[in-house]
Amino acid sequence: MNHYFHSIRVDPAKCAGHMKCLRICPTQAIRIRNRKATILEEKCIDCGECINVCPKGAILPMTNPFGELTKFRHSIAIPSPALYAQFGREILPDRILNGLKKLGFDDAHDLALTCGEVSFAIQEFLREYDGPKPLISNTCPVIVRLIQVRYPNLIGQIMPIDAPRELAAREIKRQASKRYDLLEKEIGAFYLTPCPVKMVSIMQPAEKGQSHLDGAIAISDIYGPLLAAMEPLAKDTYRRSLESICILGIGWAMVGGICRTLRLRNSLSVSGLTEVLKVFDDIERGKLGNIDFIEAYSCLQGCVGGSLNVENIYSSHNKILKLIETLEFEKIKACPDIREVRKKFAEKYFFLEGKIEARPLKPLDPDLVQAIKKRKEKEEIFKLLPKIDCGACGSPSCLTFAEDVVRGEAALSDCLFKYPEKTQSEGSKRSEEPPVPAEVAPFRPLLNNNKETRTTMTLEEIVQKVGLKILAVPEALGRPVSGGYASDLLSDVMANSRAGNVWMTLQTHQNIIAVAKLKDLAGIILVNSREPEPETLHKAAEEKVPLLQAADPAFIISGKIYALLSGKG
Amino acid sequence: MGSDDVFTQTFEVAGGDFHKAGRVSIEIKETLQELGISPAVIRRTAIATYEAEMNIVMYAAQGTLHLALSPEAIVIEVFDRGPGIPDIDMAMREGYSTATREMQEMGFGAGMGLPNMKKNSDVFEIISAVGQGTRLRMVFHLGGRTAEA
Repeated sequence: MNHYFHSIRVDPAKCAGHMKCLRICPTQAIRIRNRKATILEEKCIDCGECINVCPKGAILPMTNPFGELTKFRHSIAIPSPALYAQFGREILPDRILNGLKKLGFDDAHDLALTCGEVSFAIQEFLREYDGPKPLISNTCPVIVRLIQVRYPNLIGQIMPIDAPRELAAREIKRQASKRYDLLEKEIGAFYLTPCPVKMVSIMQPAEKGQSHLDGAIAISDIYGPLLAAMEPLAKDTYRRSLESICILGIGWAMVGGICRTLRLRNSLSVSGLTEVLKVFDDIERGKLGNIDFIEAYSCLQGCVGGSLNVENIYSSHNKILKLIETLEFEKIKACPDIREVRKKFAEKYFFLEGKIEARPLKPLDPDLVQAIKKRKEKEEIFKLLPKIDCGACGSPSCLTFAEDVVRGEAALSDCLFKYPEKTQSEGSKRSEEPPVPAEVAPFRPLLNNNKETRTTMTLEEIVQKVGLKILAVPEALGRPVSGGYASDLLSDVMANSRAGNVWMTLQTHQNIIAVAKLKDLAGIILVNSREPEPETLHKAAEEKVPLLQAADPAFIISGKIYALLSGKG
Repeated sequence: MGSDDVFTQTFEVAGGDFHKAGRVSIEIKETLQELGISPAVIRRTAIATYEAEMNIVMYAAQGTLHLALSPEAIVIEVFDRGPGIPDIDMAMREGYSTATREMQEMGFGAGMGLPNMKKNSDVFEIISAVGQGTRLRMVFHLGGRTAEA
């Protein structure tokens, strides 16, 4: 099996099994096993949603520490335009680039300029292209991986023009090796990244053997030192600084930044993974064929929304917009030489160096007949499940759990709602899985008022063991009790109690008898020594519903009966 | 071929429910992916199923979509209780549509539905009775496309 590099790691020492990551993961790539989150590498697309949501900070992005640049004889910083978005009009790009050099990089490259070139290159490509539409931007590595995994049909529609960061690293290394008489491998190109996933595209590019970049440093790691390293700018140089900004490339930090450089084209932009899924579903169904180009980002608002930024998403988005407005107002339109770009385009300079292949998920079984059988089994198992997606089994939803069971990666007995005896044989199949930890075990009977969970204990035994007073129908106490339900809302009891349950309530009016009869409950226990109304006693006798009384409040008596039914009493 | 080898699923589609429109085709697509069907066949099936689903949503009061998958082929059968199609030959022409202005404003009713289903399936059969409804059947061969397509 192929191994996939991921930029996300779970630190088991920190993980407390909160399951927030389990629920948020858009590709259902997380399972809780042995109370710790684990990531299924085949399904993970490195979107980083789990990093943001973990309350323990146990999911860590794998970026390079700042110190790694000393491993190279010559080091270059290539900041994502999202770094400029952290500062906006107050601190302009040339000051940021100078600050980076002060921090120890031998050089810093303005990626906005390369982005501008790529904007032109995309225009050139769209002019000649007549294949299936829309074409989809490949700047966001999560989107590329999403297509590989979930939309293999759309692989052919990924824009074949390489991402600016890769093109820039390749170009800079070529030039620096000539200028300083170095081997390319002696030059370290570091991307300053707004998100962990760029690390994946560096360690394991979707298309080519090796990335031109040597690492990625988190914007959040470099922000503090950079602030301290930047020199105040003299006022008279402000205009000159503005003039160095590429108006086409600066917008690449945010969603819509590429589309606005393709004005005559019918393009659209989308950000946020759930929104992207909707748009991709439409493309796959043959809609949106009238759109030439789609710019899609996993993070809300594009790269400014990456989890490794410092500034608030919306304020950094706004900072870029204001910067662009300023450039437009000042009529500054610095951008790359389009003739130069056309020449390079003709020489195939901008194209991806390899082919992006599909990475479809493993089918239920390699053999179709077996797969069909397993798919049916999954359906049957799913029918048995409570469908509340509680996550206690360690799978994100009942449907994924059914699939995990069919694939042999989980046992039916992991579901707290299933009747344990019935699934013991399946539970024993899995030797590598530890039993349910003692701390979570007590939840089982409380949640478990499912009618399949019959115990052999009768109401009479319960009456004796916990000391209940019999108010009515002593002759009907021989019935086995399937579980308990404690509630004072009749409609709740109607909805959620199960046949054979014993019901604990403080309600004393005659309607409780009707509810118990309708739901075929084993009996009613009035808590806190409450006395029934005379009508209630009368009805209980008439309908043959055992009526009992406990001196304890509901919490205590529930606890006692629960202990009995779970075999711990 | 025993019935053991056939996976079937039935979906109810409510007419006029644009909010849920498209869910059935997504669900079928996901099932086909789980079964390891080739992406090209999935694409054709998903497009044709989506068009069929949308036709129910747009024109019928209610409809049923039935999926049957065997190791040889995918069969999609659709039944609806709708107005029926008076002239099927006309409806099969690209660009012919009886969609209302409202539907067209939502981006539907370009007159591509039925032609698209025929184009993407290996076998396409349709029967319709005015005032009663429409039945259609589409087959997608798993071993590759047949010559007739």
